[in-house]
Amino acid sequence: MAEAIAKHAYTGGAHAPVKKATFELFARPTAKTGLVGWLTTVDHKKIGMLYGGFAIFFFLVGGLEALLIRTQLIVPNNHFLEAQTYNELFTMHGTTMIFLAVMPLNAAFFNLLIPLQVGARDVAFPRLNSFSLWVWVVGAILLNVGWLSHFVPAWKFGGAPSVGWFGYAPLTSKAFTPQLSTDLWVFGLQVLGLSSIVASLNFIVTIINMRAPGLTMMRLPVFTWMALVTSFLLILALPAIAIALVEVMFDRNFGTNFFEVSGGGQPILWQHLFWVFGHPEVYILILPPMGYVSEILPTFSRKPLFGYPIIVFSGVAIGFIGFGVWSHHMFTTGLGNVATAAFALATMAIAVPTGVKIFNWIGTLWGGQIMTRVPMMFALGFIWMFMLGGFSGIMHSAAPADAQQQDSYFVIAHFHYVLIGGATFALLAAIHYWFPKFFGRMVPEFWGKLSFWLIFIGFNCTFFPMHFLGLNGMPRRTWTYDSNMGWNEGNLVASCGAYLLGLGIFTYFAVLIWSFFKGKVAGNDPWDGRTMEWSIPSPPPEHNFAAIPTVHARDAWWYEKHHQEEIAQERAEHIQAEESHGGIHMPDQSWYPIIAAFGLLIGTYNMAQLHHPVEMFNKVIFATHLPLAITGLCILVTACYLWSLEGPGGYHLHIAPDGKVTESRGDH
Amino acid sequence: MNSHAATIDHHHDATTATGIPNKKLLWWAFLASDCMFFGALISTHLVYRLNPPPGNAVPTQIFNIELTSFSTFILLMSSLLMALAVNAIQRGNVRSTRTMLLGTMFFGCLFLGGQVFEFTHFVYVKKMTLSNSIFGSTFFTLTGTHGTHVAIGVLLLGMMYVRTFKPAQGGGLLLNFVHLLAVCVTFGVAFIWFVPGMIEVVYGASFSELLREHAIPFAAGIVGLIALIALGRTRGAVEFGEKNAIDVEAIGLYWHFVDIVWIIIFTAVYLLEYL
Repeated sequence: MAEAIAKHAYTGGAHAPVKKATFELFARPTAKTGLVGWLTTVDHKKIGMLYGGFAIFFFLVGGLEALLIRTQLIVPNNHFLEAQTYNELFTMHGTTMIFLAVMPLNAAFFNLLIPLQVGARDVAFPRLNSFSLWVWVVGAILLNVGWLSHFVPAWKFGGAPSVGWFGYAPLTSKAFTPQLSTDLWVFGLQVLGLSSIVASLNFIVTIINMRAPGLTMMRLPVFTWMALVTSFLLILALPAIAIALVEVMFDRNFGTNFFEVSGGGQPILWQHLFWVFGHPEVYILILPPMGYVSEILPTFSRKPLFGYPIIVFSGVAIGFIGFGVWSHHMFTTGLGNVATAAFALATMAIAVPTGVKIFNWIGTLWGGQIMTRVPMMFALGFIWMFMLGGFSGIMHSAAPADAQQQDSYFVIAHFHYVLIGGATFALLAAIHYWFPKFFGRMVPEFWGKLSFWLIFIGFNCTFFPMHFLGLNGMPRRTWTYDSNMGWNEGNLVASCGAYLLGLGIFTYFAVLIWSFFKGKVAGNDPWDGRTMEWSIPSPPPEHNFAAIPTVHARDAWWYEKHHQEEIAQERAEHIQAEESHGGIHMPDQSWYPIIAAFGLLIGTYNMAQLHHPVEMFNKVIFATHLPLAITGLCILVTACYLWSLEGPGGYHLHIAPDGKVTESRGDH
Repeated sequence: MNSHAATIDHHHDATTATGIPNKKLLWWAFLASDCMFFGALISTHLVYRLNPPPGNAVPTQIFNIELTSFSTFILLMSSLLMALAVNAIQRGNVRSTRTMLLGTMFFGCLFLGGQVFEFTHFVYVKKMTLSNSIFGSTFFTLTGTHGTHVAIGVLLLGMMYVRTFKPAQGGGLLLNFVHLLAVCVTFGVAFIWFVPGMIEVVYGASFSELLREHAIPFAAGIVGLIALIALGRTRGAVEFGEKNAIDVEAIGLYWHFVDIVWIIIFTAVYLLEYL
């Protein structure tokens, strides 16, 4: 029977009709497909795919911005781009890659995998999850809307944000950047922070509270562990930048003096608040990739992960120490010897748990039957490249050396090694590894490996020369340079490497698109996986598990494959027990999360341009944007109120012994 | 509404891995995050306090410490009413829950009214604004953020109060919405105009002049109050009951937290200046 159920990939046509409740503004949506189905979905898998789709789109946009930057720098004294455009490009490249590409890609995997790895049917708060997604979209719109003013003169934003991704004060003050673009940057980041906090709260509750029977914390897959640590980092680190952004917003709009030297403010406060967030953010970007790699390496080494408890502990230690190293971004500001020495020591200390993890991964490979499939290639590339980035990182931790490297291309080389060689390689490995699970098709090995080699070679050609450029004194964020500086060859190689890297990324995603339509059909478990997501059909049915699994071991699915009779019996009992309690409970879809996010969009978009008159057809309608901002707020509050009245709702799925699934509604 | 009384365990949720209800865990995690918000704001205030520029406002000449002490006491007492509201719903007593929710909101409004009075007084009498001193910038931003938290708390309690009237059967969304509007108007008028005005009266202003000055908001407030009383008399079965104890408790967590934060702000921003 369990086999019959496993074979039946149920996604259904439409939900059971909702009994018209009289206490609602409009009927709850039930469409599972089509536009309404996606806009109102509360299914963690669909939300994960939307996150992933948007993130890949912005990953490509950020990549395009990088290629424009490299084209400008390919030869000395180049005038391919205007200096102002160049500023906008490097600002938006950084902001996009961090907040709109790597973070949401991680969020996509959190959504897709956490419920499956903990053996749950969804996250703890499905509607809140949908809210996080749409709030994230609002943030992405606010950050990028400035580009429009290059194409439509009527949109007077003054271009895209151009204050650098860390927006140092006092450059962000009204005196230096009067354009709206900076206000939109402030609100965009604020909204993205809100989205991340809400999503993280949801994941924390899901991981701690929704674990299947038998799944103790020390049996959690390492990816889920790292997701938990990352979520805690997010909820504790984001408030610092939120307050910093509030202070900039007040300085710009209400005349406060937080960063105004003439009024007694100190611009360095911005640096502290920003990096109190910004350094944990680095680990927010890299801990989930460490999780993917910890899942992929054992699978393709045919061995359990070496030193599981130490890897988990190291991840937690990295998260913890990560809050005590922020001032190493500020060694050249003159903190004083004691503070500098303390932060230098803490920075050296954080390399220890990171090194421990690398040794454990090598220990996993040691003596294993290594299968060099594409995800494994990227994972091995990750270990090597991330280590190189780590080495230059340790060089920065020595404050005197850092004084030479600060704001030079050496720093650019360092963090691209950890963010591309580290985070991105692991993400590309993860996309390749879990693609068969969520789309049911395999990616061809040859093309996958080709894209790997193009990316690997292109990446090293781009960023390795930057170490030397930096040590030769090339400052970051320079629009152009003179031909007698000795930087010509390095820049030429880097730019050519960037085109190769771009070709590799293009190949990678082109192959994915081809595989989506034409790839070989994958079974439930194409890699002989270890974790629970491989025990269910590909793509997973909406209820994930026909029976909530009982977890017997750390590598739960490997255990089940060796104890099939025992598990089959257990599953059948679970299904029966659940059916006797009314069947599998599924949450209803809802309009309110996206309506609330829409209210937030109206509110923040207008709040960002508060003091500007509202014009329509060349006539001033309102003296300020306040009425429109309040309208947005009212939409948000009303939607939240109706959301609370609506309740979680829900319907039940029933699984017949032959694996057929039916739906019902009733008051259980 | 008491039919399930024996079956609900308010301290253990059998459906979760830890036994802690999901909503409670969510609020605890959120409060951890909120600590960092206030941590950043309080740090900003304290850092700038140590480095005052020439001509900065002198806090002890501006504060009205007696009034702030009184409103601090009021806010602390509101926590007692909040605890009683949670206790009432855990016993399934919806009527008592409503009374205690209204009481908590009323005390919250007294506190907020004190803050509105304080802010107006500082700006118009003591001439300290957001922009004319760094002390003004940090003080108004920090206490204003706290005040916003209290105001959101009152709004959440108001939504909860209105939700207790959601009928078990049948419609009434529009009526419910009018009810919420009445709550917002009544309590809004109370803390923006009425309470600060009454404090003025205590300090010697004329009551009749106060009535003349804010005739329109007071009229709106009275209409709201009458609507509130009328709608509060509704009888009939409601959906809200002991099963919603976790919802009330979750808001209670938030309310107590905002209270505790105020104790820290009162110490770090006000009392510290008198050492």
